[in-house]
Amino acid sequence: MSDLLAARSQMAVSLMFHILFAIAGMAMPVLMVASEAWWRRTGDPVYLDLTRRWARGTAILFAVGAVSGTVLSFELGLLWPRFMQVAGAVIGMPFSLEGFAFFAEAIFLGIYLYGWNRVSPRVHLAAGVVVAVAGTLSAVFVVSANAWMNTPAGFELAGGQLTHLHPLAAMLNPAAGPQTLHMVLAAYAAVGFAVAGIHAAALLRRPGDRFHRAALGIALMVGGPAAVLEPLSGDLLGQMLGVYQPMKLAAMEGQWRTEAGAPLRIGGMPDPAAGTTRGAIEIPAGLSLLAYHDRHAVVAGLASVPPADRPNVVLVHAAFQIMIACGTLLAAAAALAGVAAWRRRGVPEGRWLLRCLVGAAPLGVIAVESGWSVTELGRQPWIIQGVMRTADAVTPMPGLTLPFAVITVVYVVLGGIVVQLLRRHVLSTMSAASGSGLGLPGSGANRREAGDVGA
Amino acid sequence: MSALEDLAGLAIAVSLIAYALSGGADFGGGVWDLLARGPRAARQRRQIAHSIGPIWEANHIWLILAIVVLFTAFPPAFARIATVLHVPLLLMLLGIVARGAAFSFRAYGDPAGEAAAGSWGRLFAAASLATPLLLGTVVGAIATGRLRPPASAADYLTAWIGPFPFAVGAFTLVLFAFLAAVYLAHDARHAADGADGSDDPGDAAELSDDFRWRALAAGVLLAPLGAGVLAAARWQAPGLLHELIRTPWSWALHAATGACAVSALAALARRRYRLARAAAAAQASLIIAGWAVAQYPFLVPPDLTLAGAAAPTATLRFLLGALAAGAMLLLPAFFYLYRIFGRLPARLPGVGD
Repeated sequence: MSDLLAARSQMAVSLMFHILFAIAGMAMPVLMVASEAWWRRTGDPVYLDLTRRWARGTAILFAVGAVSGTVLSFELGLLWPRFMQVAGAVIGMPFSLEGFAFFAEAIFLGIYLYGWNRVSPRVHLAAGVVVAVAGTLSAVFVVSANAWMNTPAGFELAGGQLTHLHPLAAMLNPAAGPQTLHMVLAAYAAVGFAVAGIHAAALLRRPGDRFHRAALGIALMVGGPAAVLEPLSGDLLGQMLGVYQPMKLAAMEGQWRTEAGAPLRIGGMPDPAAGTTRGAIEIPAGLSLLAYHDRHAVVAGLASVPPADRPNVVLVHAAFQIMIACGTLLAAAAALAGVAAWRRRGVPEGRWLLRCLVGAAPLGVIAVESGWSVTELGRQPWIIQGVMRTADAVTPMPGLTLPFAVITVVYVVLGGIVVQLLRRHVLSTMSAASGSGLGLPGSGANRREAGDVGA
Repeated sequence: MSALEDLAGLAIAVSLIAYALSGGADFGGGVWDLLARGPRAARQRRQIAHSIGPIWEANHIWLILAIVVLFTAFPPAFARIATVLHVPLLLMLLGIVARGAAFSFRAYGDPAGEAAAGSWGRLFAAASLATPLLLGTVVGAIATGRLRPPASAADYLTAWIGPFPFAVGAFTLVLFAFLAAVYLAHDARHAADGADGSDDPGDAAELSDDFRWRALAAGVLLAPLGAGVLAAARWQAPGLLHELIRTPWSWALHAATGACAVSALAALARRRYRLARAAAAAQASLIIAGWAVAQYPFLVPPDLTLAGAAAPTATLRFLLGALAAGAMLLLPAFFYLYRIFGRLPARLPGVGD
């Protein structure tokens, strides 16, 4: 394995690992706070129990997200020092703002998790709101730094150096808006449906259970609208790509020739040697229509640039098809659940719908991972689109396969442990008796939360 | 122009001091978890977990802030450090991951699994020992003033393997452990008369004394370790040593650091924990400030100065503005967090729901 490939793989592993915890850090606090707000309003103990269980899950996921995020902030320099040397002064802006958002998140999560007995109800709820808002803000800042790599702005290029920097213009680069919107919605949709799937499974076992019904209701209210809106934000992103990253768009769609009225391809296998995409269902003029909202628009093909300037078409196309398939199914599941909820005027509990929701549980997470694969692989061979190649950014240190192997092993082990812990946490939630808020009496539960640390 | 990069450098130094006083002490807590002994070992571990639980994640972010300010304001310095010190930084990251994950798994994992909690505790403790050693080694390697772009593969090891970086590593570890023990002695003492009053005051006094003895031992150990650092500097970091012993400001600094150290030990001996905490924190701050001043104006000696490595003015302005705004928003939040969980003396009136 070449050092460049090892560095790219290590970055990929680190990002794919971290993103799982990052989306949980964005969406879990929303669920937790919604549940607490409902408990404070109604006094229904089921919601207190739910809040505590979600808070516990959030705590584990946030901790792993905090440390895996630290790894990434160092890896920017450990793996790509030349990129950081050139770009640090530009992408440092959003990262420093993200640092503050992260501070706010960690401070108020500490207050939220450990402060049940120590702050007033209103302050406690407000702390949760700050965690939720700050979690989403940190994602916005980090993604806008990534967006800058896709559509660099706010500088002039002179002899390989960036000059005349405009930090704000860099942060508000063309990709920043659509990309951050797409990511935030994706996080809410993915986490909302993952949680909904868990509680749908529990409701299949114990129909009518109030605890799981409550959880399902909140999870769907967070995940459902996000899943329906996500394709629209994807449309914005697609239009941006047509203008700023035409080769990424071409790779996503398996578009080799530059043509007017380009078709939309569903599925199929790009053949780089032959320069065609085989076996796809083609919708005439579909791509021109989607990317430019004009059925006659000219779409640039991969063949318009030398092979050295093209991304890996097979991987990008495949990852994009997976993302689209998962996202579409998720939007459909959201629509079904929405209709059912509207007809019932309450949390939908039909068995077929619950089964659909169990099936949909992993889709959002798969879509997030494949979507990041599309955006990162699709930008190649550039680390800064059109400005700096990934190969020119990598550290000169030899033997990068070793750190890649170490990080991979550590994350595989860590991931396995987290899955194991969450599985146990979820199973204990599943087996909790119906109306189980009564099983955790108020003051006893409060002490337990504070005492948990010492356990 | 020059004021801006000095301010950015100051921001890094302040973040590192804040990290040492907060996050560093959390690592020190892990060291005492590892060394928990005697009839109250389990209660010592409980007190450690109780003290750092609500705050370690927020404390940890000071390190991220220092890194972000470094790569934003001084990109070539970050690139150099991350390139040459790749290996110890990667090892340090593994320590950070293992410590954080193990701590939260122990705190939030399966409450019934005592055996599992024990093995998480051991990983938490071992990682808490390794990480400060590596952090200190990285600092020591930078301070040697020999962090040039690597010419051969061996340079990735020789840049940080040596008596001086390791001496700084050992000193950092004991300094963090000292801070932690001082804080823990205070926390254990005040847990008894504070909001957590489930413990009987007699027990709290014994527990507090356990940490007091540990603090005294670590505080005394700092003296020979500090001498060791200076001795190794003669050999590997003569430039730094020159600044530390040959300039007029340095003796004033040493006198102030020494006074703080003696005050901290004396206050510990007399069980005046609030004073001990303040003196120990001042001592640690002065040590880090001394390193920063001795290196000034170099960020990565021998060649990268603050001015030479600085990002363009537009970036520095924006960054410093963001730091000022962020500090105004977040310092009160930090203060609030510490006050709620007893790291600051003020008590909240009417707590509880």
